[in-house]
Parts: sequence; C-alpha cells; structure tokens
Amino acid sequence: MEWANQLCENRQFGSKMTDSKYFTTTKKGEIFELKAELNSDKKEKKKEAVKKVIASMTVGKDVSALFPDVVNCMQTDNLELKKLVYLYLMNYAKSQPDMAIMAVNTFVKDCEDPNPLIRALAVRTMGCIRVDKITEYLCEPLRKCLKDEDPYVRKTAAVCVAKLHDINAQLVEDQGFLDTLKDLISDSNPMVVANAVAALSEIAESHPNSNLLDLNPQSINKLLTALNECTEWGQIFILDCLANYTPRDDRESQSICERVTPRLSHANSAVVLSAVKVLMKFMEMLPKDLDYYGTLLKKLAPPLVTLLSAEPELQYVALRNINLIVQKRPEILKHEMKVFFVKYNDPIYVKLEKLDIMIRLASQANIAQVLAELKEYATEVDVDFVRKAVRAIGRCAIKVEQSAERCVSTLLDLIQTKVNYVVQEAIVVIKDIFRKYPNKYESVIATLCENLDSLDEPEARAAMIWIVGEYAERIDNADELLESFLEGFHDESTQVQLQLLTAIVKLFLKKPTETQELVQQVLSLATQDSDNPDLRDRGYIYWRLLSTDPVAAKEVVLAEKPLISEETDLIEPTLLEELICHIGTLASVYHKPPSAFVEGSRGVMHKRLPARTGSGEGTESPDVGNVAGGSAPEAAPSIIPSQGDLLGDLLNLDLAPPTTTGPPPPTSGMQMGGMDLLGGGLDSLLGGDIGGSPAMGAGFGAAPAVMPASLNAPVGGGLGDLFDLGGGVGMPMGAYIPPKTVWLPAMKAKGLEISGTFARRAGVIQMELVLTNKAMSVMTDFAIQFNRNSFGLAPAGPLQVLTPLGPNQTIEVSLPLSTVGPVMKMDPLNNLQVAVKNNIDVFYFSCQYPISMLFVEDGKMERQVFLATWKDIPNDNESQFQIQDCHLNSDAASNKLQGSNIFTIAKRTVEGQDMLYMAIKLSNGIWVLAELKMQAGNPNYTISLKCRAPEVSQCVFQCYEAVLKN
Amino acid sequence: MIGGLFIYNHKGEVLISRVYRDDIGRNAVDAFRVNVIHARQQVRSPVTNIARTSFFHVKRSNIWLAAVTKQNVNAAMVFEFLYKMCDVMAAYFGKVSEENIKNNFVLIYELLDEILDFGYPQNSETGALKTFITQQGIKGQFQTKEEQSQITSQVTGQIGWRREGIKYRRNELFLDVLESVNLLMSPQGQVLSAHVSGRVVMKSYLSGMPECKFGMNDKIVIDKAGKGGVTDEVGKSDLGGGGSTSGKQSIAIDDCTFNQCVRLSKFDSERSISFIPPDGEYELMRYRTTKDIILPFRVIPLVREVGRTKLEVKVVIKSNFKPSLLAQKIEVRIPTPLNTSGVQVICMKGKAKYKASENAIVWKIKRMAGMKESQISAEIELLPTNDKKKWARPPISMNFEVPFAPSGLKVRYLKVFESKLNYSDHDVVKWVRYIGRSGIYETRC
Repeated sequence: MEWANQLCENRQFGSKMTDSKYFTTTKKGEIFELKAELNSDKKEKKKEAVKKVIASMTVGKDVSALFPDVVNCMQTDNLELKKLVYLYLMNYAKSQPDMAIMAVNTFVKDCEDPNPLIRALAVRTMGCIRVDKITEYLCEPLRKCLKDEDPYVRKTAAVCVAKLHDINAQLVEDQGFLDTLKDLISDSNPMVVANAVAALSEIAESHPNSNLLDLNPQSINKLLTALNECTEWGQIFILDCLANYTPRDDRESQSICERVTPRLSHANSAVVLSAVKVLMKFMEMLPKDLDYYGTLLKKLAPPLVTLLSAEPELQYVALRNINLIVQKRPEILKHEMKVFFVKYNDPIYVKLEKLDIMIRLASQANIAQVLAELKEYATEVDVDFVRKAVRAIGRCAIKVEQSAERCVSTLLDLIQTKVNYVVQEAIVVIKDIFRKYPNKYESVIATLCENLDSLDEPEARAAMIWIVGEYAERIDNADELLESFLEGFHDESTQVQLQLLTAIVKLFLKKPTETQELVQQVLSLATQDSDNPDLRDRGYIYWRLLSTDPVAAKEVVLAEKPLISEETDLIEPTLLEELICHIGTLASVYHKPPSAFVEGSRGVMHKRLPARTGSGEGTESPDVGNVAGGSAPEAAPSIIPSQGDLLGDLLNLDLAPPTTTGPPPPTSGMQMGGMDLLGGGLDSLLGGDIGGSPAMGAGFGAAPAVMPASLNAPVGGGLGDLFDLGGGVGMPMGAYIPPKTVWLPAMKAKGLEISGTFARRAGVIQMELVLTNKAMSVMTDFAIQFNRNSFGLAPAGPLQVLTPLGPNQTIEVSLPLSTVGPVMKMDPLNNLQVAVKNNIDVFYFSCQYPISMLFVEDGKMERQVFLATWKDIPNDNESQFQIQDCHLNSDAASNKLQGSNIFTIAKRTVEGQDMLYMAIKLSNGIWVLAELKMQAGNPNYTISLKCRAPEVSQCVFQCYEAVLKN
Repeated sequence: MIGGLFIYNHKGEVLISRVYRDDIGRNAVDAFRVNVIHARQQVRSPVTNIARTSFFHVKRSNIWLAAVTKQNVNAAMVFEFLYKMCDVMAAYFGKVSEENIKNNFVLIYELLDEILDFGYPQNSETGALKTFITQQGIKGQFQTKEEQSQITSQVTGQIGWRREGIKYRRNELFLDVLESVNLLMSPQGQVLSAHVSGRVVMKSYLSGMPECKFGMNDKIVIDKAGKGGVTDEVGKSDLGGGGSTSGKQSIAIDDCTFNQCVRLSKFDSERSISFIPPDGEYELMRYRTTKDIILPFRVIPLVREVGRTKLEVKVVIKSNFKPSLLAQKIEVRIPTPLNTSGVQVICMKGKAKYKASENAIVWKIKRMAGMKESQISAEIELLPTNDKKKWARPPISMNFEVPFAPSGLKVRYLKVFESKLNYSDHDVVKWVRYIGRSGIYETRC
C-alpha cells in the first residue's frame, strides 16, 4: 500500500497548485489531450488527468469517450486514484458495459482485502455500477460481506442489497439475500440494524403485498432497542419503519409510545418529526379517557414548538407538518398561538405557512391578538403575504362569530388604504362574510361600491358583481353598476362573465320593469356571441327558465343559499389521515399523497391510521388494514380550494335547489345530444309556451329566433342534454331501495316477525324495520344491536319503539345507521348479523344489505383523476360481469345509477357502443371505478369493475343489476 | 431516498455533482439552475418540484446545495443532512465557498461517498470521519489491524463520537451557557412574544471515557428534589457563579434537545442529563424558555409624521438588570423610509449614524450599566414621492451582549466520573461562563 505515501506527496504538490485549476475553461481538442495524459507513463500525470476528467464530468461535459483510458488507470495501488476511477465508472459504466467488465477482477480482489475499509469500499462501489454483467459477479462477494466479521462491512453490504434489488429484483430473491438481510435486523451492531431496516423498507415499498418486514412484537422490540443506540440517521430509519407497524392493541401501542417519546428531545429535527409521526399514529389506538393519552398530548407540544427555532428550511417542513397536526388534533397546540407570529426576517415561505396555522388556531380566546397581528401584516411589503393576511382576516370572521364585526371594520380600514391589491382581496373575503352572516353587514356595500373602478382582478370583479346582484334591491344604481361591466363583456374572464350573467338575472327578477333590456343584452351576449359552452349553457337555462315560468325562475335563481361552512380549506379527512402517516416526508410538505408525485410502483401503497381497538378485540385490527388498505382516495390533491373554486361553488348553488349537489356536468354538448333531439328540443323552445308573463313574453319571443343557423346543431344538442338532465336537477331519482323481505319469521322468534329493508336517504343509511307481534302477549323494551361487520355499520341511535306492541299490531320503525362501528370482514361481504331484544327474549337473525347503501354522495371524481386511478389499479383487480335483459338507454341508465350515488364521470360512444365511466365511493373511502358498455338494441350490458379492494366487486355488481332492473 | 446531490455557485455552475440513483438524470442539474437559481423572484419554497423531481435546497453565502429525489423521502432528514454536509465541509476546509469547494472537490467526493450511501445518510460525525478520511488523503498504510477495527467500530458503534485512549495531562472543562433572547414588542410596550433559546456549549479535554452528569436549576428537578427532601445536590451549587446569585431559584424549561451523546431515555425517566462527551467542542443541549424572562433592554419608540416630507423619531432605551453588570456591543437600528433625503441625529450616549445603503439609523453604544437610560432623537427628511405604496415601517431592532443568562438558567453541577483512570471529579478544572445575546429583539414603531 504505497499509495498513501504517494498521496501525501501529491497533496503537498497539490497545495501549490490547487484543485480548482481543473475547473478552468477548456479548449478545443481537450479530450484528445486528456487521452494522451491518461496514457502517460508518469503516475502523477495520470492522476492529474483523471481529476480533470472528473471535473469535466461534474460540470456536465461528456467524457465517456475516455472510458477505456480511465479504466486502465484502475489497476493501481493508489487508493485516491482508485476512488476517482470508481467515481467515473459509476457514471459511465452503463454506456460501456463490455469495458466495465475489466473492473470486475479488481473489485472481487478488493472484497477479500484484509482492511475492512477497502472491503466495504469495493462492495459499495460495485453496487453502484449498474451493469448486468458486473452484477452477476457481485453476488458472491456480497454474500460474504453480509456475514463479514466487521460491522462496517456488514452495514455497507446491507445497503448494497437494496442497490442490487434496484437493478435486478429477481436476482436478490433467488440468491436469498432478503433472508440474510432480515437476519441482520437482529445484528449486534445498531448501525447494521438501522441500514438493514432502511434497505428492507425500501425493498418492501416496491412489493406492497409481501410481508418482507414482518413486523411483530419481537422484531419491534429489537428495533426499539437499537433505537437507543444508533446514529441520528439510523434512528430516523427505524422510526419511519416503526410507523408502518400496526400494534395489536392499545397496551402494545402505549408501550411503544412510551419508548419512542424520549426521541422528542433529540437535537435532530428529523428524528423528532419521525417520532411525532409514530406517536400521532399509535395514539389513534389509545382510548381517550386513558391518563396516558392526555400526558402524551401534552408532551407533543413543546418539541413541535422547538422545531420553529431550527433553520428556516426545516421550519418550513415543520410548519407544513404542524398544519396537518393542527387539523387532526387541534388540542395539541391550541395554547401556542404566539409562537406562530411572523417575524420580520422570516423568509416568505415561513411567513405564509405561519399565517395559515394562525388561522387554524384562531379561537374566541385569542382572536384579539390574532387580529392585531394580521392587521400589522397587511401593511407589509410582500404582495402574496399581504393578500394572505387580508384573506386571513376574512377567515377569522367566518370562523369566530364574535369577531366578525371587528374583522369587517378592520377590512374596511384596509379598503381605505386604497392599496389596489388589498382592496381587491378585502372585497373577495367580504363576499364570504356576507354569505356566512346574511343581513348583518350589508351597510358596508356603499363603501365597496366606491372601489368598483379599481378592481382589475377577475376574482375581485366576480365577487363584487356577486355582491351587487345579491343585494340588487338595496343598491339604487345596481343596474348602472352592472351595465358598466357589460361593456367589455367579451374581454372578461369566464368567471366574471358567468357571475355577471347570474347577477343580471337576479337583478331582473328583483326589479323586472327597469332591467328588461339589460337582461336581454346579457342573455344574447352569453348565448350568441360566446364560444364558451359553460356560459352558453347557463345562458340558455336562464333564458328558458325565464320564458317558461318566471315564478319558478325566481324560486330557482333567488333560492335561499346554504350557509358556507366555517373552514373551507380543511384537507379532506381521508387524505389527512394518509398524510398524518407520512409526517416528516415530502408528502407532508406537498400535502399530497405520494402517488401524486412518485412515479412507478413506489408510494402507491396508501397508508391509513389504525382503528381504535380495545385490547380484547385486537386480532381483528389487521383485517381492517386489509380491507381499507388500498382505499384512500386519489382525488382531492387540491390543498386549499382557491377562492375561484369557492366562487364556482356559489355559482353552482345558484343553479341548483339547495338540497341537491347539482347534476353531473354534461360531458360535452356536441357528443351527448344526438340529431334527433334537435327537432323536438329546439322547436319546443321556440314555439312553446313563450308567454309566461306579459312583461317578459314580449321580449323573449323574438330573441332566440335570430340565432344564427349554424349554431343550431350544437345548441340543440346542448339543450336536449339539459332537458334530459332536467329530471335530475330538480328532483334526483331516489336511491334504489330493495323491497322488504322477512328477516325473522314469527315462529323463530316467539311471535315477533321482523321484515325490513335498507335505504339511503339524504346521505343517511336507514334500516327500515316492520315489527309485527304475532303472539298473544304485549311486547315492550325493544333494543337492537349489530355484530361487527365488514363496513362498520352500527345503529346511530336506539331503536325507537316507544309504545308497547300489542298482539297483532304492526309498527314501522326506521333506524338510522352509522358506519363507524367496529369492523370485521364478513362472508358474504354485505352480511349483517343482528340481535333484537324485547321483554321476552333476545333473537338473532342475519340479513344482507345492498352495498349501494354505502355509496356516498361525494363520489364524484375529476376525469383526470379517474383516468389516473383507473390506470393505477392493477389489471388483476379488474372483474367483468354481464347484466342481462336490461332495456335502458345510456342516459337513462346513468340517471338511474346516479340516484344511488353511482356517478357517471364520462361517456364515450364508439361504433354505436356507449361506454359509461363511473365512479363510486364507499363510506369507508374505498373507490370503485366502473366501465359500463351498452350497445343499442342489445339488452345485455357488460360491466368492468376496478377497485383496490377487489372483494367488493361482486357486491357492487349485484347493486348495478338491482338498480338497473328496478 | 436522496437520488443525487449537487453543489452550485451563485451563477448556477455545477461544482459538485454526485448521482446516487438511476431516476435522476443529468437534466435535473439544469432544471434546478433554470428554475431556481436563475429565477427572478426570491425563493418561495425550499422544496421545489420540477417535472416530478423534488429539489431540496439551502444556500450558504453564495453556494447552493441541492438534494434531488423522485421518491417520498423524509424531508426533514434531507435538510438535516444538507446542514450536516455543510458542517462537515466547514470542519474539513473552513468556510463553504466556491474557492474552497473547487480546491477540495476530490475530498468532497470522497466524503459524499462515505456519508451518503445509495442516498442513505451514514455516520457523519466529523470526529469519526477524520480518523480515516483526512485532508491528506485517506489514511490506510500506517494503520495496524487494531487501528482499522477501532476505526470501523467507532464509525458504526454506539459511541461513534469518541475514540478510546484519549489522554490529557490536565483535565479541563469549559462550559458556556449561550442564550439568545428574542422579543417582539408592540409600540405601546406590550410583549407580543418573547422567548429565550439557549445552548450549552462545552469544550472538554478529558482523558479516557469519562461519564459526565450535568445539572441545572430546572424547575422540575428542583421541585422533585424539594419534595423528596433530597438536598445534597442543591446545596452544593459549586458552579452556580456568574456573579448574580439573587433571583429565581429555578426556571421552567419549555423544551430541550440534546446532542446525540446524551442518554435520552434516562432524561425522559429521571430528567437527569448523563453522557460520555465527545472530545473537544460540541453543543451539549439546546433549550427554550418563555416564562419569566429577564428582558435586558426596553425600547420606547416615538415616531411622528410632520407633514408629508418630515418624520420625527425619538427612541429611548432602558437597561433592566443589576447596576453592577455591564452590557456590551449595544446597537439600535432604527429603519428609515426609502425616500429619506437627509437625517439629523442627536444622541446622549454612543455614536449614531444614518446609513443610507441600509435604510437605517444605526446607534452604537459600547457599554452600558444596568438600570440606566439613554435617548436618541432624529429628524428625517423625506423626498416627496407619488409612490402609492406605504412605507412598511419595519420594527426597531436591537443587538447587545450581557454577562448573564436572561432565562435565569444556572448550572448547578457538572460531575465527571472516570472509573478506569485515576482522576476524580475534583481534579477536573471547570470553567463556566454565561453570555446573553440578542436574538431577534424587535419593537414595532
């Protein structure tokens, strides 16, 4: 090992001429020169040349042409040179696999070196060279190194298994490396354990179903022991691995928590956050009345606050995570508002995140302080920050009712500053305040109207227009104000156009006499001169509404709006649960599930919080995991619905009666309406009952007639389409309810006969029971209980049989059900075991509920999300069924299905065959995607179902059949 | 895990590029340059996602460090690693600058090979690394078999931060309690937020593998001891010095974090701080307190706008600690509007100057005793502007240094036990020092 000597010499030499010279700019013919130098006889010159090559490689020049020359330098005793050549090899071996093989011998030899540092170096580098031929030679040395006497070599070899797996997974399995790796979890050296855990976790990620890590109480115990002894990084690997474990019961959960809490005092923020993740997850399983639960909650706050004194980048990561934690368990940080106050020197990304958390923590107790801060922030320099501060004031008003008045006056103060973007932002939030507290603050409208001219952002303009339309009756010159917007109608953004259309229609309905001209103008602008189908369609709806039945129009357009909820920007609960399982990771920074930004098979696995279980029923909990395993939704990556969405919602609400969520969006006007609709649809519009009221009739008779002929086809289509959905808009078809069947015959239950069915009404699952007393004595004291079942159905209240049931008397009871009960997989899946008690005895029966009861109302999906999810689910999970003898056209079918919360996402027609793409969401968050194929004239439909939990497919199919045939 | 690590200069030229994973291509290097380094705006997030590739970046003076990944990595870990990387480089060749990086690029590649394997951070304690990766190249030849196995066991071992067989003629310990006191005060003198973040920094020159135990006036410990009637340790506050013995007996610590040498489970169960110290200088613990903080200075601002082109500013500072103590390096920074054309300052003590380039009046006082008061007044003339944007009125900030711990923390003892070598706790020379500095100490005006 003479190289060390040389090395020292070289360094001395190097101190005179520093390494930075290698970065100097290059001339033409450089490669040629380097080649010559690499082949030089002088060792020094060689090394200099390799350094130059590495420097060129670093700055991104292609030096792969020098491959043979560089590899030739490898046969040296000089370790520094060797390492440089290795570095080169790692980069370029792939491009020259045949040449790379030259290096194998050296590697194999080095793996036998007496010096453990060299053995480790060889196995580490070899794993980085991603050439099949080299990998073959890697197996034997790797096997030896995994059992090396030196822990340094073992810990390096452990990571090497992960490298090899990345190149050739099959090879790793065949060679039995996985088992060796598993053995290393019991290694005596903590760092070897940590690296083995890291490697196994990574490999397990690409085999979602394999039980590679095989976490059980024994192995968990080993990990917890290693946790106390290994490096900070090792602690992170182990904690992240622990977080994937589901304890058997609350006792185990508590004991793990107890052993993890000391990590909260670690100086490394990542260790702290990973510990927080484990605690947040396992806490789910602890009963809330447990003393320890409270202790744990208290222990979590201080370390989270401490994270805020870390470097700004870490603060940012911490804040994004705190944002999640605050949503999940607001009690942890509710007294810590002050630490989230913005500091003048905070980087902007820290400021924005702090602001977000301040709003989440705002409550009656601290609102005065918060408002004072927010007002301060609204005078800062950064535009985004100021906007967010203004918006935050509005959100405080909505969240804490007592503060609303103060917030409104603060906003008015800010409007007085006349700073353009402050004014606009204030108007946008004031609109929300109006929605939340109707008839309370309308006195400020006058002030708002003064600023009409300065609004140049679509969102602010739209908000202002909404306000004018909504309160048209209180604003004297509402028509003038709206008219002023109308001039540049076509230059406005769609958002503003839609809002303007609605506002003018509202105005017209409130003051019909003065504004006829205006409404005609806007309707013709929207329907005739616009290319935007949304705008056109909405225009036609209003037009038709106004012309057929002005009274109905009034009821629809001026319907009372539901109040907006307090927190508009909460993360959807299932997503939040998943993100809590990813605390500390990128997913928690992006607030998106890993599948949204990780390619390939990694990260597809969805994590969920464990269900709370008592210690007695421990064994079932893994089952919960399985059923729910692949179920968290892909959808809703949008973190905070922008104000734009909110506005969109408002608009939708204007259209639909308050109780429904509105019709599914028509896929496209062109496609859906066939030519046949044209005749009927449009004619009826033109010739039909125009004369609704004399005042309007006169105006409306003529207008549509001047529609350009070329527009007819699409327009007719669009309208026809609307008509079809007409039924859906006003009165959605009810969900399918199976006929009542006898569940418990009288002879089996001492005279009590129970028949019944299940229904879903307004989002609530009802069990409708008919109890008949066929005995001779009076029955009283009814009670009901369910056994654990697949979807956690449980009575949401007691069985309401208030009067005693006399002989031959029948009573109908409806029992609301919840889906938060204990879960156990049943066979068949939709089986429900019920116990009914009365004064005579306890009776048991079982019944099956249609799974459609569990389809929730928010099962709609974005088309892109649908597409992505469809692709994402492996084909193995697809099942196909036939529905025979069904005579519905696709639209009718779609309507019917929608009644049962099966939502059509898209429709496609290929060669006379209609394909409907549909999405269903189950109450436990499982998504089912369906493709329904139907051919005109053929009564047999084909349906394909795709779901991450394929067990449900059969049940879902049964529902389709039942719904479509009834 | 981390897929690659790049180091750039401020122009976006790559100085170091090490790719660990196949999914990171060369174009990632350019993507970061174009989208982040060359972006016109300031950094809006330290994590940037470009074409499904995530970049974690930190900037040290003119140098950008970026860790790249396509997976759902532990984000906190990546940043901790980047900081650690900076520390390691600084320990090897001083300041992290373009010049130093270029001069040491071979060494950096060697380090990266060692401390990041396939994107997984490995032992990154400089103490351990320096035993086998040295600036003079890798040691190897002179190592005997024992030395080699000692290195590997230290790198992978339980006590990765200290090697065996350290010997000193004189066993010495230096203990610094360094606190930074942070304040945000309203113009009316209301404390909006205040906290102390403190660090206990130690320099230990001890032989062998000593076992240390550190004690301070932590409220929880003292209360527990008081209840149990155990007073042996409380009585012997041999290190309690620092001059000011009056004041609170104990302080409430909101939270503390420890160097990895401290046995966390022991702290959790007994709240005692015991450890085998690294050799040389290290940070033993960090802590944070928010209750009963001694605010060394109070700033009373008075800003009056006289018409559109003139501002009158008067600022009074009051020192609030024992008269026998002296604060040093006092600096008050009073921001001025961007359209300032001229400033006249009068101050009773120290020197004050208007610094146009920093948009501030900087008032410096070398020393100030406790319970004193000083005042500055200034007239600021403004250019008339039609700029609608209001002046943001940044807060008045202050810097200072005081010879006590604003949190009230006192070191009660630091005991050293080394059973194998024949020196006892009494033979160790111990030095304790308290320094309180201003963190972000701001008063709004």
